[in-house]
Amino acid sequence: MGTVSASILEVRDLHVRIASRRGIVRAVDGVSFDVPRGGALGLVGESGSGKSMTLRAILGVLPAEARVTSGEIRLDGVDLRQLRGSDINRLRGPKMAMIFQEPMSALNPVMRVGWQIAEGPQVHLGLSRGRASERALDLMRRVGIPDPERRFRAYPHEFSGGMRQRVMIAIALSCDPEIILCDEPTTALDVTIQDQILRLLTRLCRESGTSLVFVTHDLPVVAQVCHDVAVMYGGQLVERGEVREVLLDPRHPYTLGLVRSAPDFEYVRESLVPIPGSPPSLISPPSGCRFHPRCAFAEDDCRTSQTPLRPLPGVSGGRSTACLHYERTLEAVEADRARP
Amino acid sequence: MNAMNPVTASTGAEPLLSAREVSVSFPVGSRAAARIRGEERLLRAVDGVDLEMRRGEALALVGESGSGKSTLALALAGLQRTDRGEIRFDGRVLPASRSRADRRRIQMVFQDPYSSLNPRLTVGGMLRELLRVHHVVPANRVAAFSAELLALVGLGEADLSSYPRQFSGGQRQRVAIARALALRPDILVADEPVSALDVSVQATILNLLRNLRDDLGLTLLLISHNLAVVRHLCDRVAVMYLGRIVEVAPTEQIFSAPRHPYTRGLLAAIPRMTEGVADGSGPAIAGDPPSPLRIPAGCRFRTRCPIAQPRCETEDPVLAADAGGAAGAGGGSAAEHLAACHFAFAPTAEEAGPVRNENEQNA
Repeated sequence: MGTVSASILEVRDLHVRIASRRGIVRAVDGVSFDVPRGGALGLVGESGSGKSMTLRAILGVLPAEARVTSGEIRLDGVDLRQLRGSDINRLRGPKMAMIFQEPMSALNPVMRVGWQIAEGPQVHLGLSRGRASERALDLMRRVGIPDPERRFRAYPHEFSGGMRQRVMIAIALSCDPEIILCDEPTTALDVTIQDQILRLLTRLCRESGTSLVFVTHDLPVVAQVCHDVAVMYGGQLVERGEVREVLLDPRHPYTLGLVRSAPDFEYVRESLVPIPGSPPSLISPPSGCRFHPRCAFAEDDCRTSQTPLRPLPGVSGGRSTACLHYERTLEAVEADRARP
Repeated sequence: MNAMNPVTASTGAEPLLSAREVSVSFPVGSRAAARIRGEERLLRAVDGVDLEMRRGEALALVGESGSGKSTLALALAGLQRTDRGEIRFDGRVLPASRSRADRRRIQMVFQDPYSSLNPRLTVGGMLRELLRVHHVVPANRVAAFSAELLALVGLGEADLSSYPRQFSGGQRQRVAIARALALRPDILVADEPVSALDVSVQATILNLLRNLRDDLGLTLLLISHNLAVVRHLCDRVAVMYLGRIVEVAPTEQIFSAPRHPYTRGLLAAIPRMTEGVADGSGPAIAGDPPSPLRIPAGCRFRTRCPIAQPRCETEDPVLAADAGGAAGAGGGSAAEHLAACHFAFAPTAEEAGPVRNENEQNA
């Protein structure tokens, strides 16, 4: 295992390719990030930006047509790409766990909920049936499922959407993982239930020191649970930093576009500013910066220069941008602010 | 655009559309199963709703899933039979089965532009059929009018020969809006029109709806679970809970001085960019909404209400204005702001703003 690193998860230059009838899709194209121990990183972007593929690559649950072609994924210092499938399986549960958007399709419809929660501790921690069911009952209490003794014997279809997601959280926590990877866990829920689930997840992770990677398209949701955020576009990271700094004071025109196009609850704009055009094809992505065909600030060098994520000069906290002309975004943010 | 109805001059007290005591219920399951479970066999999706829409306004209908907002919209559009109550349009009671002319007046745009357009018809074919059946324009004007409609929603004449599958999600929603506008309706009912779209595309559709409303004088009923969208687009907001409207007010009053504890919780639950949930406080509203098959007696929100009193278990509060009659905080008159809570206008609720439920029972 070697030395203990400060980061629980390190992703280096990750590339995921998907074979399709029309050609090779470069779904994830050189993504690098760290998640500190006990930290929470949000991964935001629109559909097709590669955020879910990144998460699935980490978990080792990519669809059959997709594969990691290069890069490193280090979980607690161990490169997952060097491990065999059965060894990775052993890590899912005690090291990393996952929560998906649609709990109904992630849960076993013909297995009692309590035993689904108890299964992980039995398999991975070697607990007896009795001890594992005690642990499941305790977890059901911790995630706020009322009347756990009775609900233990219920099936998933007897639960509401919010309660099913609580079950998923209980399963994710059942083997005390180092990190939980969430893919849009509250997108299918009502806003009041979303609020309950986000609070629950945040509190439980903080209590147990569990790290979090949180994939979503919803900017305010990311601001609820994450300390840091990384913005994805066309399979690449375009901006990264402390969540409120990035969302309220962006330094990449795509982030600015996302913020300006979403109606904000607290700040009513005269009209919303959509991002012109549509997301790039990842079979033949644009040259240079992938956002340049839709970017109002694009200049000649944006069409030719590759643009990796670079630290912003003079700013601390890991703030970085992939934009060559980020000052233009800064000017636009300041102009927005000057308006009454 | 000349093809559309001009805004009628009658902006008097008479609402364009009004619902009185409208109820919609669906039979579910078998009689025996209902008796064993102790549940009702009728699912009361909409349970006695009063609502008015004024000509030219944009009214939002918000609430959790299962609150009955979509069913109410279908009933208003004449696409769902009602059990009780009456729906008036322009002062006239609409019969249970509406004439073709009446159906034209209220048109709908649905959430999913992938399933609400016929995949085997081109956009032009779709519009042509509609315009012929309803005799909207003379036969020799159909092509020109179809092109005008597409221009109105920001598409080109060339798109008339395209099939729905050739469009992106946002473009499909534009086609759906053009189809609704083809009949020159007075009221456009949009049921979650942007929920299925990506954030950057949502903005184009919201801006389009806003412009159409301004340019054509359309009356808009927007159903949405997204209160930020509502705040951006609507003049008034009606909040639904378990088949009832629990609060109605001008948009700014709802957001600045909500009166019903449910509305306050709903607002507090909205994620904000400026703050996180790491403070360890409880959720805005605890628990799940009760099943519409087991609507609580008395006030139907009392099982989740942070300020419920014994009185709420027996007395069903009616939707009413502040008896005191003072002007609301948003500047509108008090009669504009209705709430169905015994304590909505009690002095203690004054300026309470969004509340958080501190004694978290559920997490």
